[in-house]
Amino acid sequence: MNGKFEGKVWKYGDNINTDVIFPGKYTYQKMEPEEMAKHALEDLDPEFVSKVSEGDILVAGKNFGMGSSREQAAIAIKYAGINVIIARSFSRIYFRNAINAGMPAIIAPDAVDAIKEGDKVIVDMENGKIITPKGEFTFPSYPATVMNILKKGGLINFIKANI
Amino acid sequence: MRKTFVEKVFSNKSGKDVRAGAIVSVEPDYVMSHDNAAAISGTFKKIGVSRIKYPERVVIILDHEVPAPKESSAINHKEIRNFVKEQNIQNFFDINHGICHQIFTEQGFAMPGKLIVGSDSHTTTYGALGALSAGIGRSEVAAIWATGELWFSVPETIKIVINGIMPKYITPKDIALYIIGKIGSDGADYKAVEFSGDTINRMTVPERMVLSNMAAEMGAKCGYTPPDHNTFDYLRGRAKSEYESLYSDEDAVFSNIFKFNVEDVSPSVAKPHTVDNLASIKDVEGTKIDQALIGTCTNGRLEDLRAAAEVMEGKKVKVRTLIIPASRTVYKEAIKSGIIETLVDSGAIILNPGCGPCLGAHQGVMAPGEVTFSTANRNFKGRMGCRDAEIYLGSPVTVALAALTGEITDPRRES
Ligand code: SF4
Repeated sequence: MNGKFEGKVWKYGDNINTDVIFPGKYTYQKMEPEEMAKHALEDLDPEFVSKVSEGDILVAGKNFGMGSSREQAAIAIKYAGINVIIARSFSRIYFRNAINAGMPAIIAPDAVDAIKEGDKVIVDMENGKIITPKGEFTFPSYPATVMNILKKGGLINFIKANI
Repeated sequence: MRKTFVEKVFSNKSGKDVRAGAIVSVEPDYVMSHDNAAAISGTFKKIGVSRIKYPERVVIILDHEVPAPKESSAINHKEIRNFVKEQNIQNFFDINHGICHQIFTEQGFAMPGKLIVGSDSHTTTYGALGALSAGIGRSEVAAIWATGELWFSVPETIKIVINGIMPKYITPKDIALYIIGKIGSDGADYKAVEFSGDTINRMTVPERMVLSNMAAEMGAKCGYTPPDHNTFDYLRGRAKSEYESLYSDEDAVFSNIFKFNVEDVSPSVAKPHTVDNLASIKDVEGTKIDQALIGTCTNGRLEDLRAAAEVMEGKKVKVRTLIIPASRTVYKEAIKSGIIETLVDSGAIILNPGCGPCLGAHQGVMAPGEVTFSTANRNFKGRMGCRDAEIYLGSPVTVALAALTGEITDPRRES
């Protein structure tokens, strides 16, 4: 994580659950992250995977990622090219899974309201700012523990570095 | 003092006086995983540690795809068995035991005051025994295997007070669906839930497990019930170790208090495709179903199967009806007490203890356009393996009755 993300927005609604992000029928099949990425948002927007490009930004409504604890729901989105997710709120386990996968999950309801699909948006992690075509929005910065995990690119890398 | 239950557990564990909002790194007492242990062992190996730090804290229970429906699942299971041997994990339960949350509880790992995590969102179930138990991701389990600890943020607590005598045909499942319908599937996001009230006090441990299990569907980190004589009775001869019961202080700060009277609850149904899409049974009566499912970690216990058998006794099912005892122990007791015979006579299919069709991997996958009425905890699109099928959720009583009539039916009308 280099502190700044700039990308094009894909926007979805409220209560997007883990079954539509990464279907349950694949959860016990062994898959590399690149393979998981092919199923990202499969039951919500089957075209997502062909539309998304590296560095794009996902924007969603409230309670993004509700449901299962399946980590693939975070990893699939990350490997599909998404570097950061902005939502009105996240489900608890999804929030953790995203951070632990090294993908910032940012809670910024005002920014979500202002952002339209297709917008170019800049997320400045160090300063807690989101720059949108409709203006700038702030978000509270992460506690040090979380920031350190993100800086190392996820929980496993963080542990490797600290063991 | 003024501390909530979760603040006490995290204070004990971290050795600091912590409150909601703090971030702590602490060592859980147990870490549970299931069929996903194969993937977790892969991540564990990438960390570069050769041995699990505390193998005695690791519990692995195979339940999600049992017996293996396809080669890839069989390979998955084989890898787990090899890993269990290599790491000398004693708390391993192979495919002949039952659903992870039921086995974990039956075996006495779920105890008051313990911090328990698991790579499954319904790990919240052990709150019924007074534990702080939360679902986590796979990498997090690998991290705990390697280091023994994990970061947590100490959550605020919502108190859900339920009072009143449960009316006939109302079960804990109806109460859970009702509450989720009222507060929403994000009603307790990031929060701990504490259940209390005289209705809860009268509930048995298996009944409380339904509420704690469904706490996950409110977004909660955990669904705690203060331990009492029912809890201690359940744990006698079963608890794996000593335990210390912890309770919120009288003057603890709750972020919200919701009060419900159980007399306001009617048989509840969650309509497709979210658990908070609550309907009173009157509004969905007559909905045709193709399949009925009674089981899962929510409603596969003896009392659930008994409730279904009472409805189905001497009658024949109109649609395919799948029954899944939550564990081998439940299965055996249901055989001994004649419940299984009643259900089989009615035309139901008894599946082996496990998750079965709940997650859409095998055993009762639906075709497009079909409807299942299920006692499970989730009805998301695609959940049972088909994106174009519909899932309604209800109690064992309402699902059993619908199995007989072929449509959702109000049990109060039938009596
Ligand atoms: S029965 Fe269903 S909800 Fe329960 S652990 Fe198994 S898959 Fe998950």
